Order: sequence, then C-alpha cells, then structure tokens
Amino acid sequence: MPKSAADSLQGLRVAITGGTSGLGLALVEQLRERGAAVAFVARDTHKVQAIAGKLDGTHGFTGDVSRKEEIHPIALGINAALGGLDVLINNASSLGPVPLALLADTECEDLETALDTNLLGPFRLTKALLGSLTASAREGRSAVVINITSDAAATPYPTWGAYGVSKAALSHLSRIWQEELQEHGVRVEAIDPGDMDTPLHHLAVLDADPAELKRPQDSAREIITWIENARKSQEVTS
Amino acid sequence: MKAAHQPIQRPPGARLLMVGEQGDLQPMTRSSLARNFSAGDLLVANDAATLPASLHGIHEASGEAIEIRLAGRPSLAPSDIHQFTAVAFGAGDYRVQTEDRPVPPTLGPGDLLRFGDLLRKNLPQRRRGQGELQARVIRQLEHPRLIEIDFLGHPDFVWSEMARQGRPIQYAHLRQPLQLWNVWTRIAGRPVAFEPPSAGFLLDWKLLSELQVRGVGFATLTLAAGLSSTGEAELDARLPFDEAYHLPKATVRAIQRTRQRGGRVIALGTTVVRALEDAADSSGNLRPGNGVATHRIGPHRELQIVDALISGTHEPGESHYELLRAFTTEEVLHHMSSALEIKGYRSHEFGDSIWVEKWVGKVEKNETPGRAGENSTNRQQTAPQQTTLRRPPRPRQNGRIRDAVAARLRLVTEGFVPGLSSPR
Repeated sequence: MPKSAADSLQGLRVAITGGTSGLGLALVEQLRERGAAVAFVARDTHKVQAIAGKLDGTHGFTGDVSRKEEIHPIALGINAALGGLDVLINNASSLGPVPLALLADTECEDLETALDTNLLGPFRLTKALLGSLTASAREGRSAVVINITSDAAATPYPTWGAYGVSKAALSHLSRIWQEELQEHGVRVEAIDPGDMDTPLHHLAVLDADPAELKRPQDSAREIITWIENARKSQEVTS
Repeated sequence: MKAAHQPIQRPPGARLLMVGEQGDLQPMTRSSLARNFSAGDLLVANDAATLPASLHGIHEASGEAIEIRLAGRPSLAPSDIHQFTAVAFGAGDYRVQTEDRPVPPTLGPGDLLRFGDLLRKNLPQRRRGQGELQARVIRQLEHPRLIEIDFLGHPDFVWSEMARQGRPIQYAHLRQPLQLWNVWTRIAGRPVAFEPPSAGFLLDWKLLSELQVRGVGFATLTLAAGLSSTGEAELDARLPFDEAYHLPKATVRAIQRTRQRGGRVIALGTTVVRALEDAADSSGNLRPGNGVATHRIGPHRELQIVDALISGTHEPGESHYELLRAFTTEEVLHHMSSALEIKGYRSHEFGDSIWVEKWVGKVEKNETPGRAGENSTNRQQTAPQQTTLRRPPRPRQNGRIRDAVAARLRLVTEGFVPGLSSPR
C-alpha cells in the first residue's frame, strides 16, 4: 500500500493519448510523480522522444489515434511496455476546422477528422485494450477508461459544431460502455476538465485571456483525485 | 478437411462438433456454445495478444533477403524484449507454401539482420524520425533455420518498430495479408503470442455475458503461443517449442473454487491446457506465477486440471491432435476425424471448432457417469490413465434453476435487461 501522497498510485499502469502537451502532458508528469507506470502516445516523434527522455521511466510511443491502422501498434506498445493496463485516458483531441467554422461552412472532411480523433480513435483504442483492462479487473485491480470531453458536448456553441458533435458522441459512448462493461469490472467515465490554457484552446480562441483559463495542471490534479477515489472504491468492491 | 481461407473470427455459420465424455458426437453451431456449460463450470482462456512476429529484411553480410519468424522468448517480462529464438527463411513470403520456402543464407554468430523495407529510403516513418530495427545473430540452434537473435536498442524502440514493421505470421491458405486486428482475440492483452491463440476467436463479450448469467466463471492466463509449422519436418517434429506463460493468482483461485464445487474446468485452446497442466504438480496443485511450458501433452500424460477442451479442428499428425489423445481414446478421435471430414468441417485457425470432454467411458445402465470411467475394459490401450483427482460427479441443475437461468438469458440476449451488474 502507498505510504504517502507522493506514491499514492504506485503500481498503477496508465496510458494517456495526446501526452506531449496541455492536459495530457500534465497528466503524464503528475501520474509519474505519484508512482504510476505511465505510457503515452502522441503524433510527433521528436516531442515523444524528448518527453520520454526527460521524464525517466515513462514510455513514449509515436502514433495517431485517428488512423485505424495505427491503433493496434499503439495498443501493442502500451501493453508491452506496461505489462498490462489499469487506466486508459483518451485525451487526444481535434477541433475539426481551424479556425472554427459554422456547421454549415464546415467541410465534411473536417467533421470526419474530428470524429476520427475524438470518437473513433477512443472507440478503437478502448476496444483494442479491453482485454488488458478486464484482465486487470479480474485480478482485483482498478480498471478505468477516462474519456476527456468538454462542455461543448452538452452546450451547442456556434462554430464549435464538429468538436461539439464529436465530444457529445464520446460522452454518450462513455455512458453506454459504462452500462455494458460494469459486469466485466471496467468503469468508463467522461470527464470535462474545463476551459484550459492549452495549445488546443488557443487554436480555437485566438484572443483568449490565459488569466481567465484553468491551468492544465489543476485539471490533471482533479482527474488524478478522481482516479484515486475510483481505485479505492474498486479495491473495496473486489 | 478444407482450410478456412478468410480471416473471419466469428462467422455466423461456424460449426462446433461436441465430443462427449462417453465419446458421443453431437454437431452444433458455435453460436449455441453457451448451452454446453453448466452453472459452476469455469472457462479458462489465453489472453495473449499476437505479435507481428514475421519480420522481413536483409542479412547484412550476404545482402540476401530473409524472413524471420519469431518463435520463442525466455520470459514474458516487458523489458525482456531482446533475445528471441526464431525460424529463418530465404526470399519470399507467406504466399509460398512454407515447405517450399528457400533456406536462408548461412547465419553466423554476430551477423547483422536489418528489418524493414530497405529498398525504399524515403519511408514516411523514416521522415518522422524513426529508426531501423536491427538484430544480431547469437547462434544457430542445431538447425540451419533455427537461430537465436538479439534485437538492438531500447525496449520501447524495439516494441514500437516491431509493431510497425512486423506482420502476423500466416500461411498460404490465407490469401489476404493479415492485419493485427485479424489475429487479436476480443480479450487480447499482453502481446506475447507468436501465432494467435485461435480457439479464442469464438469469444465475444456477448458470450461472456451469457456465461455469467448462467453462473459460469471466466478466467484467463497468458501463454506465448508458438509456431504451428516451420516447413521443415525435422523442426516440426519438435513442435510445440517451449512456451513462456503467466498464470495469475486469481485464475488459480477460480480453478480451486470450481473444483471444490464440482464444476468443470474447460480450457479454451490447447495453449491453456499446456499452461495449466505444466503449472500443476503431481497432486493437481497449481503454482501461480511465471513458467515455461516444456512438456508435450499426449496420450501418456495424465490431465490433472482440465476436464474439457474447446479448440479448432485438428488432423492426425499435428501436435495439437496429439494433445487431444490426452483427453479421449483413439477410437473416439477416429470417429471425430471421420465426422469432421465427411461433414465438411473447416480446418485451420479461422475454421470450425471442437469441444472434447475428458473420457470417462461408456455408461452402463444403472451406473453413474463418474464411475464408469474407472472400468478400464472400456478404454483403448492408448487412452490416458485417469485414476486420480477425478472431478466429483457434477451436480445437475434442478428444473427451477435451469428455467430461471434460461429466462434470464432470453431477456439478456434479447436486450431487455443488462447482464449481472455487480462488478468483479
């Protein structure tokens, strides 16, 4: 059992997509600090290598979750490096059209890009990793999938159409999977981290005032607290 | 039998031939598999994901093309990614019958093997800063095709490049090139198998829900399933090679509970039989943790743990068929093979299935099934001797429980209610 908050996640095996910037990077850093074994995925090999080199003990893999043919290589790397998986955080996101566009002005290809990254990517990756997650549950460990969503999933903000539609679908996917997978011991949760001072948000809102935005480190801390609570509750149940 | 040549894991018309504990044959569809289980039974599956274990490249010293098929590894530890045993081929690929493949160039200690499409220098992944997967030959292992190699680089690099450059091992009966999603079962986890634990192709989450509703347990182990063919008779005679495995404590506990309650342990795949029987001592006690299965299971091996096997169809002469001889008699297997042939069952990894129960002998009138097997006059001379640790007679479900289970199952399968909601 952990002796202090610093190693409260000792032994937990966590995978994060979109792990080289914003919320994903903050999660990689804080989970590692708390003793978790961390694998992360991102598209840019140089960034992946730089962060894996800087954060000793983490495992970085290059991959694009929006591409069907890259899902199994990503899942293979995660499972191989961690020797299994307890927590999957589907964090990688795409805005769709940049700059943001009214839905009627959104090209079909931009909507497809948002759906591929924000919906199909998490769907495919979760399916590919479900064997490891259910194995974790059978062994009495935490088994959790966190899908990072947004208030745009619930509120129809003009110009956020492609992003909002894809996140709404991801939220509903999470609810259905929560119903279907609980009998196999896997918990699925959609979490809205709030409007954060991240590269993605700056792409969407060019004149946003960083002072009015949440720090991704604060959102990461809240998500980790949620994981710790879920872990305690699952340990009690098992 | 005719080989299934399409990589479809759960075809709607897939068939299953059930071979009962008295040798009786019963044809059924694979979709009705759940009905074969009784409350208290335990299904054990191999949750190994399949590696892209076929790597094409160049032997640096000769400049000749080679294909390496990874075939073994000392352990399943995540960092233990460097040393493998492998079978080497010369130029060509899976579209040529394995036995017709040319021998590789002479491979000596220290030789460098470079993998990937080395003729195309402007690969997209190369532009993205990815490296080249390389290995050195450590030594030959008593056969020109069988070698030990050592991959170079950080474990994450090796895993990553193997995933990008490797392809699943396949044979000429499958026409299309396989992708990883073709060979990963629904429960695939740690990528350690060299060929798919293909009996698991019939599993899906609906079946697991149905089993749970029926009161049937489910557990897993991980075994690095090895090659099914090398194309060389001398090497094929040594199959299966040694296979590393991990048996979780939770699975050992589930088996203990099952046996205490008189349920059956049903192995999904020959790899599960091999791991469980390897991990059992002579008294039938299981040792959890890591191991390497070195023994072959056949007619002279007494099964300590497994009561029934669900597997693909196998033909005489295959190592998997030899394993069936640990379950039942030559006469029963002969009848089974005839039925599979005459009725047109499909063979190979995407083919049909069999369910073979451990032989207990013919039941005479007024005799219980559990005792009948002790009458050795009913056994063929080559049948396995099963004198110890016989599973207690299975408690039969009473009508009310059976009806309740059936009613609940109907509701679940028709989508009216979710499955059992308590998380395990």
